[in-house]
Amino acid sequence: MLKIEAIFRPERVSAVAESLLAAGVTGFHYQNVTGQGQQKGVEVVTGRGGQTTTRSASSKTLLVTVISNDKKDAVVEAIVSASRTGEIGDGKIFVTEISDTIRVRTGEAGESAI
Amino acid sequence: MDSGTTAWMLTASALVFFMTPGLAFFYGGLVRAKNLVNTIMYSFISICVVSIVWVLWGYSLAFGEGNNFVGDFSMVGLNGIALFAAEGDAYPPLVDVIFQMMFAIITPALITGALVERFKFSTYLIFLVIWSTVIYSPVTHWVWGGGWISDMGALDFAGGTVIHINAGIAAVAAAMLVGKRRNPGLQPNNVPYVVLGAAILWLGWFGFNAGSALAADSYAVNAFLVTNVAAATAGLTWGLISMIKTGKMGAVGVATGAVAGLVAITPAAGAVDAMGALAIGFGAGLICFFAVELIHKTGMDDALDVFAVHGIGGIWGCLATGIFTVSALAGVDGLLGGSAKQLGIQAISAFGTLAYSGIATFIILFILDKIPGLGLRESEADEDQGLDLATHGEQGSVNDGAN
Repeated sequence: MLKIEAIFRPERVSAVAESLLAAGVTGFHYQNVTGQGQQKGVEVVTGRGGQTTTRSASSKTLLVTVISNDKKDAVVEAIVSASRTGEIGDGKIFVTEISDTIRVRTGEAGESAI
Repeated sequence: MDSGTTAWMLTASALVFFMTPGLAFFYGGLVRAKNLVNTIMYSFISICVVSIVWVLWGYSLAFGEGNNFVGDFSMVGLNGIALFAAEGDAYPPLVDVIFQMMFAIITPALITGALVERFKFSTYLIFLVIWSTVIYSPVTHWVWGGGWISDMGALDFAGGTVIHINAGIAAVAAAMLVGKRRNPGLQPNNVPYVVLGAAILWLGWFGFNAGSALAADSYAVNAFLVTNVAAATAGLTWGLISMIKTGKMGAVGVATGAVAGLVAITPAAGAVDAMGALAIGFGAGLICFFAVELIHKTGMDDALDVFAVHGIGGIWGCLATGIFTVSALAGVDGLLGGSAKQLGIQAISAFGTLAYSGIATFIILFILDKIPGLGLRESEADEDQGLDLATHGEQGSVNDGAN
């Protein structure tokens, strides 16, 4: 079982969701996050408009989903194809091995609970 | 009794009332999200506290005959004020009590911009009572109650000295005594609140200035016009300076500029025409913008720039009244009309208010700071947590799904 954490441009979230479902993902969640990578921060106006400063406040979407190992390539390709623009700031995908998944409603565990 | 005048004065009073909730949003949007409720409460509770002080003794101390410096206790509890208009009066005497009450409410609320995000709320409640009694009522008496400023012939149509210079210098005393915030924020938590608040202030200011004609007449109409012109000019001026300096025109800057323009036109609204208002608004935007920059360099933490906007803006308006006064309106000539006398009188009235309010506010807060159990600051832990939860047990908005 793999956990996929994908950080990408917020405006791509609908395209990524659609693409993930087409690749056979059964569920995911996402949230709005702020931070910075190679894109660096964003310039904001402070005080009463007299100064600007740079904050690490680039807006991104962080999407999390869990999949079986055999779907890894298809899912990564689904996210990349739906979110890439080719410019700095497109984001990252992190893949982690996880040990188990439990479905709360029935208590079943393992791959069938994904 | 004239029903038209009475109806307008009640409407104007309601407009001025609405300025204080507007100020609550203006200030609330500027602080960090963890102090939003607290900041709004500083203004909102002033409505509750000062309304009571005003009818008990505040009005009497401001408008009782008294002497040159303060009224008296002859109208405590509104004793002796007739419920019905006398023959020949334009409106019942209670209209004065109501209209003036709204000014008394907003003035201490203005000061709170200097002390937000750290001032102790319980001490603030006591400060409200003392400040409106010891400072607001006497200064009002000087200007409108037959005191030394009105004897001198100073022009203060709607309260540039009484409200803005007064609150502005009190803010300096408060900021000095309460000290800096531990971690001042970088950005306002809610820019739409700031703009909404400024818009409500702007709307309310039509009642503030046009209502100060105390009649539905040509002075009220001119005051309405010049109020709008000055606010618009100052907002645009501020925005353009900011745009030249940083490349961006921020909404917070334009909103602040508009408020500075409203402050500056306040004393002049009965004495200048629209062309004078253009000059006063331009001056307010320019002067207050750089006042903000300069005061930030002093290291004093006047958190929401009360002195730069209300103090400096008020002083500019007070002096500008002496410069741009049109004799057709005010009966005296300003500097542009060839007479420097009025400018001198205006300067003395501003200086007197600065000195008295600054020193007396400092003494009041100094004493409150020393009284065991009071003090001026919330604890460091409460300041870090945010005063919404620590002081009020509430949050501006709750975003988790728990119920």
